[in-house]
Amino acid sequence: MTTVDADPGAAAARATDAILRDTLGATERGVVVDSPPGAGKSTLVVRAALELAEAGRPLMVVAQTNAQVDDLVLRLAEKNPELPVGRLHSSDADAYDKALDELPQVRTSAKAADLAGLPVVLSTAAKWAHVRVDEPWRHAIVDEAYQMRSDSLLAVAGLFERALFVGDPGQLDPFAIVGSEQWAGLSYDPSASAVTTLLAHNPGLPQHRLPVSWRLPASAAPLVSDAFYPYTPFRSGTGPGDRRLSFAVPSDGSGPDRVIDEAAATGWGLLELPARHTPRTDPEAVRAVAAVVRRLLDRGGAAVSERSPDPVPLTAARIAVGTAHRDQAAAVRAALADLGVLGVTVDTANRLQGREYDITVVLHPLSGRPDATAFHLETGRLCVLASRHRHACVVVCREGVSDLLDDYPSTEPVQLGTLVKFPDGWEANHAVLAHLAEHRVGWRP
Amino acid sequence: MDKATLASALGAPSGFGQSQFALTRGNAFEAKVKADGGAELLRLAHTRLDPGADTPESAAVPDLSAQGPEGRTARTALALREATRAGGWTLLDHPMLALDVAGSLAFLEPDAVVVHPDGSWSVVEIKSFPMLDGSADPAKVGAAARQSAVYVLALEDVAARLDPAPRVRHRVLLVCPEDFSNLPTGSAVDVRKQRAVTARQLARLTRIEEIADALPEGTCFAPDRDSEELTAAVAAVPATYAPECLSTCELAFHCRERARAAGAVTRLGRPLRAELGGLTTVEDVLAAAHGELGDPDDPAVAALRRAAALRAEALQEARNREVAAVCR
Amino acid sequence: MPLIDTLARLEAVGSGRAQPTATVRHRHLSGRPLVFVPLTTAGEAGAPLGALVGTDRDAPRLLVVPQPRDRDLRFTFLAELADVILPYIDSHAADVETAERTETDPETGKRVKVETELCADAPQLIVPSRTGLAFVRLLGRSMRFRRTAEQDPQAPYPAPPRVPLLGRWLTHYGERSRVPGSALLLALTDVLSRHWATGQSGLEDQHLGALLAWLDPPAGTSGAEAAREAELARDPAGQLRCPPAGPATDPAFDNKLLAPAIERYDRARTALAAAEDPLEADDRLAALTRAEREIRELIESQARPTWDAVWRGLDLLRALPAGGHAEERWTRDRWSFTGHRDRVLAGEPPQPRRDDAVTAANKLATREREQARLEAQEALDDPLVMAGRRLAGEAFAGEVTEVVMAYGEGRRPSPRPLVTVRTEDRPHLAERAKVYRSLAGRPQSAQFVERAAEDAIVLRILDKMGRGKEPEPGSVPEKGDRVCFTLFEHEQRGGAKLPDPEETPWTHGGPPGEAVPEAADRITEEDVL
Repeated sequence: MTTVDADPGAAAARATDAILRDTLGATERGVVVDSPPGAGKSTLVVRAALELAEAGRPLMVVAQTNAQVDDLVLRLAEKNPELPVGRLHSSDADAYDKALDELPQVRTSAKAADLAGLPVVLSTAAKWAHVRVDEPWRHAIVDEAYQMRSDSLLAVAGLFERALFVGDPGQLDPFAIVGSEQWAGLSYDPSASAVTTLLAHNPGLPQHRLPVSWRLPASAAPLVSDAFYPYTPFRSGTGPGDRRLSFAVPSDGSGPDRVIDEAAATGWGLLELPARHTPRTDPEAVRAVAAVVRRLLDRGGAAVSERSPDPVPLTAARIAVGTAHRDQAAAVRAALADLGVLGVTVDTANRLQGREYDITVVLHPLSGRPDATAFHLETGRLCVLASRHRHACVVVCREGVSDLLDDYPSTEPVQLGTLVKFPDGWEANHAVLAHLAEHRVGWRP
Repeated sequence: MDKATLASALGAPSGFGQSQFALTRGNAFEAKVKADGGAELLRLAHTRLDPGADTPESAAVPDLSAQGPEGRTARTALALREATRAGGWTLLDHPMLALDVAGSLAFLEPDAVVVHPDGSWSVVEIKSFPMLDGSADPAKVGAAARQSAVYVLALEDVAARLDPAPRVRHRVLLVCPEDFSNLPTGSAVDVRKQRAVTARQLARLTRIEEIADALPEGTCFAPDRDSEELTAAVAAVPATYAPECLSTCELAFHCRERARAAGAVTRLGRPLRAELGGLTTVEDVLAAAHGELGDPDDPAVAALRRAAALRAEALQEARNREVAAVCR
Repeated sequence: MPLIDTLARLEAVGSGRAQPTATVRHRHLSGRPLVFVPLTTAGEAGAPLGALVGTDRDAPRLLVVPQPRDRDLRFTFLAELADVILPYIDSHAADVETAERTETDPETGKRVKVETELCADAPQLIVPSRTGLAFVRLLGRSMRFRRTAEQDPQAPYPAPPRVPLLGRWLTHYGERSRVPGSALLLALTDVLSRHWATGQSGLEDQHLGALLAWLDPPAGTSGAEAAREAELARDPAGQLRCPPAGPATDPAFDNKLLAPAIERYDRARTALAAAEDPLEADDRLAALTRAEREIRELIESQARPTWDAVWRGLDLLRALPAGGHAEERWTRDRWSFTGHRDRVLAGEPPQPRRDDAVTAANKLATREREQARLEAQEALDDPLVMAGRRLAGEAFAGEVTEVVMAYGEGRRPSPRPLVTVRTEDRPHLAERAKVYRSLAGRPQSAQFVERAAEDAIVLRILDKMGRGKEPEPGSVPEKGDRVCFTLFEHEQRGGAKLPDPEETPWTHGGPPGEAVPEAADRITEEDVL
């Protein structure tokens, strides 16, 4: 396909139509959809589910976490309150969101038999793996398929005849807690992603791509696309002037205020602290992150976007802080509490996957580190942190990360026969840093 | 500069050196791969890289000999151009390529380059480690991929000077002995990642002149100097020792001695430093852990003290248990 | 590396001696292990050069391949190796006890208990280092598809039947050693490093001589000095004083000593073949024997120091008391051994070159479960390991300061007492997180309620208090008790059942079809002299 749509909406609609045609037409057993950050993956899943249900095809939906399943149930119920939906859950306490109990059309159970006959049943891959049926479902939707492990798909694939696989190839890869090198390069390597295995065995399946990110602003989409999706580029659904951030209170000239203004103007801001080797919970960097958040709230921020021409106040709920480690997240929460900030999401990259905010404040994974490990260089980690925002992203980092990267040239081992789907973490880190350097605000707290 | 000789002169010889058994077998393998005008190698290039092309019934193997590296580089460029025009399969055995590394020209000699019938070029890397049941040591494959990526970049330089510029393939052919035999088998390795990394490294590389400028006047690495002078000379070059160096660098034992003398914690492994913050010497870390040094509000110091206390408590518990067992 | 282990390493640097990172032995050690010190020929995968092997530390069996490229000599070596290892394995296969195993009844599909045999003990193989483990796998892989004359009368170099059988056993042991906490096949450097921290890096710990130097330095020297000596010291002829633990030999040994000796051996052999009369043949045979003896002595000189080092290392480990759960994990090893014994007896073919999709997924699931089990059990068995988990925020210990009786909601109120624990630990407790403590070896669970103060954690005890309205005596901690709760579970749930290989779904390539016997490896002509 070589035609380029000037209108991103038209391009996205065409992609969605083609996906639904292949899914409902169902000439192949599977359809794969790559979705970059904020490209409307959930919307697609909900729409496909409703259309399949409408066509009278019994549907099972497989997601990876309970939160994802609950979120899909709520979205389905919102779109079509008439549709009876089954939520299959584990027998643990707190197995599902209690909000589902309020919905009359949603039936919840820990036993698949209780939900038999419902047009749509949703659960996690882990729970589906324990279900045994005589008659497979006509259709399945597998959500977050790139975060699903191949062995997890093996356990559930017998439950359905055909499936739509949807996911973001750029987020964090699934992992195993023990070595799995002995199977690397095998088409069905159990620790690889479900999509890798699926496509290795079924190379002819139709593959689609959602070409437009509705979340990322025009300032972020090109960088994220180039750095993390070099072989499957995408663009922003909005233009350079469509999103604006403004603050009622002028800058006091401090580092946090200056970086906020830079981010508001350009979409990116790098608050650079003096070079220093620090432990993970670098107190200065943690305090700097908290200070930026405090000032974002104090300065009376307001956001204008294609959703609303009138300025919408920037509230705590629209701000998130992202870190690499749990202890860093805990330290930031404590620092925010000290400043009296409540209601701001603070989490690790793993937990921020799939979420969306107006502004994110990111503690750079390599800030202050004396070394760069594979964990910190993992492309997906930086990609998640750099792609959660609708307006702007502020990165807090100590000086010297470029030099650190140069000291740790990429020496990744290579397994024969594995598919290269993604750029190198080292290279992607450099690409992002080079861009951030143009939005640098130096600050000595 | 010969780092192995230098290391011996410094009094910390490397453990490197190759067994003649490995050497003999490696040479026999490469000869086997390239025998009969490279028939086997071209067969592998065809099946692994370009199965859609015509089978390489016959292939041109141009003579690349010339005077000096510059001459060989020019000869290689000429042969590549002619082969691209001619169509069909061509095998370039030990061609010579040049790459600009930090302002000075480095000459590179890949094991082979293959020109495909469609005019595209592929790098071939021949290694003597085995492919066992289709898989090989990932660290060694990784090293081969990084090496090939450099050749790909150098080939792209040559290609860019031609019009139209031929395509340099980003999948290289890795040829290794199959299983326990000395028979060649091949695998395509995608080096896009390594190519991108190498390109950026080359762009960022400290220019060699800059290193030279930073050295004290009169620095000289000639191994016939006395050991003390050499140590001073080597110390003037910035380098950070880590245990991984032991398997890759001839000077590692020397650097390890220096790191040990300086009390650097990194000689125990790079990741070790992750939680130590600004503490870089063994002495400082131990002093901080035992409450003799450091700010207790520094999270690294606090964590170390906590670790020391928990360790002492657990060891005491174990001792008490032993005593109890003896008394019983 | 966890900070607590980093500290131990640095303390080792400071004190010049290795420091403990465990207070009990976390791996089962057999009373009669079989030690295997193999050496390999450089440049060729899985080409044995020689080995010391046996169960008697004073009388190892020396096996040598005087010309590593000669396939007949190699098979002789492998057959001799089988003659040592297989009887050792067989001696464990016969001694059985009855045990119960749950199986799925093929007719009803129900889980039923069946009585079965379990070998009373299992053979344990010890190799010096991790590269030794890889070599065991490589040997297993190179031997198990060998064709015997009986299987294939046309096979160019038929192997004695014991060779493929040993290959299957070594393959089984090699695979089992990938299971966390298993002890059928151990690399000594790994086990020692699990229990002590040296003042060098983990990479350097793979050198058995250097590792032992830190653990047990000669009187008057520091670990650092002794380790350096072990790694680097050479005699005037340029040979290492402490040869590497193999299987690779030192290049200086290969080039200066071994290669000339092999050359003399080859010459002697050629000369013998060319002998024209019996008298000459006698002389030349004597020369050949001398040449072979010379090679044997060379190989022994390289392997013997490692052999002795392995036994010294085992002595050090035996001095530690056994960890509480090590025996339970050994029982799993016994099951593994018994299972493979049965597969061999049933005439099943050797393990395939590659696992099928279902087998690979099952293995990964088992290993992840065993990893989680191992981490939990080591912490429960060893206060020093638990200290590391406490530092990481994954467990906390402290004193009970208050117990308030409370009851759960529901028709029959059951006890749900609130217990306050005062602790200096900083566990990462999420809202309503579950925590566990060991109550007479069984996990009791509780739920995090709140922090009453910065150092006071309130928990609600959830189970193991009996069926009555009042908790059974001793089932609820009392004020003043010292308790330790973990955020991780103590026991592992079984995973989901995967489909049978014949039912592999389309996403994973579909059913693999009828199993075809694996072909033998190809042989290069030039390998054969």
